[in-house]
Amino acid sequence: MVKRLVALALLAVFGLVFATLLTGYAPDAELNQTARYYAERTAADLGAANIVTAIIVTYRGLDTLGEVTVLFLAAAIVGLVLAEGAHDRSRMRPPVGELLTTGTRFLVPMILLLGAYVFVNGHLTPGGGFQGGAIIASAVLLMLLADPLRHFSHRLISAIESLAGILYVAIGIAGLFLAGGFLDNRILPLGNLGELASAGAIPLIYSLIGLKVGAEFSSMLASLSETEEP
Amino acid sequence: MSYLLPALVGLVCFAMLAAAFVAIRGAGMAIAILAAGLVSLMASVLFLVLAAPDVAMTEAAIGSGLTTFLLFFVLGRVRGGEKEEGGHG
Amino acid sequence: MVHVVMATGFLLILIGFYGALTHRNLLRMIVAFTVADTGVNVVIVSVGHMRGRSAPILDRAVAAADAVQRIIDPVPQALVLTAIVIGVGVTALMLAYAWRIYRQHRTLDIARLTALKG
Repeated sequence: MVKRLVALALLAVFGLVFATLLTGYAPDAELNQTARYYAERTAADLGAANIVTAIIVTYRGLDTLGEVTVLFLAAAIVGLVLAEGAHDRSRMRPPVGELLTTGTRFLVPMILLLGAYVFVNGHLTPGGGFQGGAIIASAVLLMLLADPLRHFSHRLISAIESLAGILYVAIGIAGLFLAGGFLDNRILPLGNLGELASAGAIPLIYSLIGLKVGAEFSSMLASLSETEEP
Repeated sequence: MSYLLPALVGLVCFAMLAAAFVAIRGAGMAIAILAAGLVSLMASVLFLVLAAPDVAMTEAAIGSGLTTFLLFFVLGRVRGGEKEEGGHG
Repeated sequence: MVHVVMATGFLLILIGFYGALTHRNLLRMIVAFTVADTGVNVVIVSVGHMRGRSAPILDRAVAAADAVQRIIDPVPQALVLTAIVIGVGVTALMLAYAWRIYRQHRTLDIARLTALKG
């Protein structure tokens, strides 16, 4: 009971802080300095139509590299924590049904295509590597649901993952020599705003991020599904 | 027409709070997980209304989809281990 | 409108914290954390919103020349995009450890996990 009272007191303090923040908040009428810079310069400097993508892939590209690394570490630790006791997989399980099996065969290529579409068009439309990667992982999830005993090759997943990572860093280093700095997208021609082949290396980098994120999420799902039921 | 959007936002906000309450206080674990997924899905609708389509897509695909599936994977593994408070959904 | 959304976000954070602090089931605590996580994201996105402006994507409707007057702040959106992705990584980690604990102790009730007490 004391514990609950302490929790409530803590929440009251938080609530007070939030209420102060809320009552004192007035929306800006103009963009602040940073946002103004991005709004004015993105189209001319980077040639990307989607400013959020420009920030994630190029302006703050180093942060995204760190983010993908954190995600890789999370996937690796999940695999490590769940690694032991993942052997006994010969037990019979009830079949999953004709509808799911056939539907999976029909849907998986389309889901993969949608994922690729989302991350290739990341610089033009909403979406990008992270969303496309999650869509690709959902195709893997569907395959796992249709056949729970399916063993995904961790070697293949990690090969895709590390290849995409190495190419990502290589493109970043190429930017160091051929353009303004690490992960600069101007190593390729900028093209016309709004076309698929524009914005320099952004589509390339975001596709690599998509593959990497998709592989990381897939490896998380595969390691979770390979744990045996107690 | 100008009242339609605020009405939608108010409705979604109310539904989010109700779903969050179910996620914390609901009877079964499965219902709680579904309610948490619902909170994420409503949040992605809010993001769309707030002119953030990138974030809306991410939340719908990752926050709502993947997180819910991860939670269900683990729930399926620990069935029977959550006897206290409510038990099975 | 923005104030309503922001208040909802703050309330979600409070609800999530309450759940995480008062429950004894590890899985429930993780669910509560995801709710609080969503609340934080809602608050940050609502900070970037500006009345009557459109999404930070340049197209035929929003020309590059007058983008400064037409789009909302893109920085919070980029921030939240990162936060969501990292959030699912953290959730997966928490779930993996919860499952590990369950396998060793056959319970998810933290009151019965006396071995964890120092």
